[in-house]
Amino acid sequence: MSALATNLRVVRALGMRSIRQTFRRPQLIAPIIVFPTLLLAIQTGGAGGAVELPGFPPVQSFLQFMLAGAMMQSLMLAGNSGGIALAVDIEMGFTDRLFSAPIPRFAIVLGRLAGTAALGLFGALWFLAIGLIFGAEIESGVAGALLAIVLVTASAMAVGGIGAAIALRTGSASVVQGLFPLVLVVLFLSSAFFPQELMIEPAQTIAEYNPLSLIVEGVREPMISGIDAADTLYAVLAILGIVALGLILSARALRHRLRVG
Amino acid sequence: MEATLATPAWRANVATIGALMARSKNELVRVPGAAIPGVLAPTIFFLGLNGVFGALTQLNGFTTGSYESFIVPISMLQGAGFTGAAAGVNLARDIELGWLDRLLASPAPRWVLLAGTVLAASARALIPASFVLAIALALGAGWPGIDGLLVTFFMVAAMAAVAACWGSFLALRFKSQSAAPLMQAGMMALILTTTAYAPLALLQGWLQDIASVNPVTDVVEAARQGFVGSVTWADTWPGLLALAGLLAVLGTLALREMRRTGR
Repeated sequence: MSALATNLRVVRALGMRSIRQTFRRPQLIAPIIVFPTLLLAIQTGGAGGAVELPGFPPVQSFLQFMLAGAMMQSLMLAGNSGGIALAVDIEMGFTDRLFSAPIPRFAIVLGRLAGTAALGLFGALWFLAIGLIFGAEIESGVAGALLAIVLVTASAMAVGGIGAAIALRTGSASVVQGLFPLVLVVLFLSSAFFPQELMIEPAQTIAEYNPLSLIVEGVREPMISGIDAADTLYAVLAILGIVALGLILSARALRHRLRVG
Repeated sequence: MEATLATPAWRANVATIGALMARSKNELVRVPGAAIPGVLAPTIFFLGLNGVFGALTQLNGFTTGSYESFIVPISMLQGAGFTGAAAGVNLARDIELGWLDRLLASPAPRWVLLAGTVLAASARALIPASFVLAIALALGAGWPGIDGLLVTFFMVAAMAAVAACWGSFLALRFKSQSAAPLMQAGMMALILTTTAYAPLALLQGWLQDIASVNPVTDVVEAARQGFVGSVTWADTWPGLLALAGLLAVLGTLALREMRRTGR
C-alpha cells in the first residue's frame, strides 16, 4: 500500500472517530445543532419584521435571509467542538499515543479536521432541510444549494484548523471551551444575522472588515438572489485566508507540543 | 446539622441553607474565573443583539426608540438563566463526585438542601445582572428609576431560582453533567420565546402565539417596564404570578427528584 493510501486511511479512521464521538455525546452535538436551530427559530420569529425596514435586501422571507447565518453559527461551533475534542484527546494521552505511531503528524490534525468538516456538512444539510421544510426557497436552485454546502463545509474545516491550533498549543479543553463566547462575538460582529448596512455602529464597521462576512455573503447570495461570481470569489479567498492562518498556527503549535511533550 | 432542644429545627435549617450559600460564595471567591462565562455570555448577547438588531426600533409599533433599553432586561434575565443552569451543572458535579451523598446522609431535610442551591443561584444572578446593567447604562440605556430597578432585580433573582429548580431537576434526574446543554437550552428557549426581541404585535406568527401563552413573557414585561416607561402594578403582578407558578411547578419537580435520590 502506498504512503498516500496509508495516510488517507489514517485520516479517514480519525475522521470517523471524531464524528462518532460527536454524535455519541449530546454535549458536543447540542452546540452545533440545537443552539443554532433554537436561535434561528427565535430570531426569525422575533426579528422577522426587519424585512420591512428600508434598505433591507429583497428576500422571500427573513428565514431565507437567516439560513446562512445559522449555518455560520453551526460551523463555527463545530470548529470549536473539534478543538475541544482534540484537547480532550491530548489531556487523556490519546494524542501522545498517536504521535508515537508510525503515521505523519499532519494526518492526526487532518483526521480531526475531516471530522469537523463532516459536521459542517451535516449542519449545512440540516439548515437547508429546515429552510425548505418551513418554506424558504433557494433562488439559484440545486447549483446554489450545492455551492452553499461546499462553502460551509470548507469553512468548517478552516475554522476547525484554528480550533485545532489552539488545542495543540494549550492542550486544555477548558481553554478551548472558553473560546465559545469569542465565537459569538465574531458572529455578532459580522453580517451573519443582519444586513451590514442596517447594523448599528461600531458593529457595522467591524462587520465590513470581518472575513466571516465575506463567507456569509458567499453562502447567502445563492439562496436569496443568485450565484454571484464576485461574492463567491471573496468567500473562497476568505476561507483560504483562514485555512492559511490555521495551517501556520497548527504547525507552530504542533512543533511546540512535540518540543515540550 | 441536628435539631436539638437547644437548636430549633427552623434555625438548623436556616443555618444549613446559609452554609450551602456560603459554599457557593466560596466557589466564586476562590475561583473567580468560574463566574466569567456567566457574566460574559449575557454581556455579549446584549452588545451583539443591540449592534445587530438595533434598527428594529424603526419599525412601526415599536414601543421605544432605544433598543438598549428594550433589550437590557432580557440580557439580565438571560444571565439569571445561565446562572441557574450553572447551579444545576454544579449539583450534577456534586452528584458525580459523591458530595451530594454525604449531604443526603446528614439529618438536613431534602427541601433545605434544594433551597440552599436555589437561593445561592438567586444571589449569584445579581452579579451578571449588575454587570450587564452597568454596560447598558454606559451605552445609553434609559435609567429605570429606583422602583424599576428593584422590580427588575427581583425578577432576575426569582428567574434564577426558577432556572436553578429546572437545572436541579435535570441534575437529579440524569445525575450527570452531560445534561448541561438541556439545562441551558431549556432556559434559553423559555426566556427567548417571549417578547425578547420585539413587542408582541411585531412578532411573527408562531412566536407570537407562543409568547402569548409563555408565562415568562409577563416576567420580561415586568422587568422591562421601568426601562421603557413607568412602573405600574398592572405590569408587575402578572410577572409575580408567573414566577410563583413556575417556582411551584419546577420546585415541586426538583424536590420530588431530590426526595427520590439515594432511596
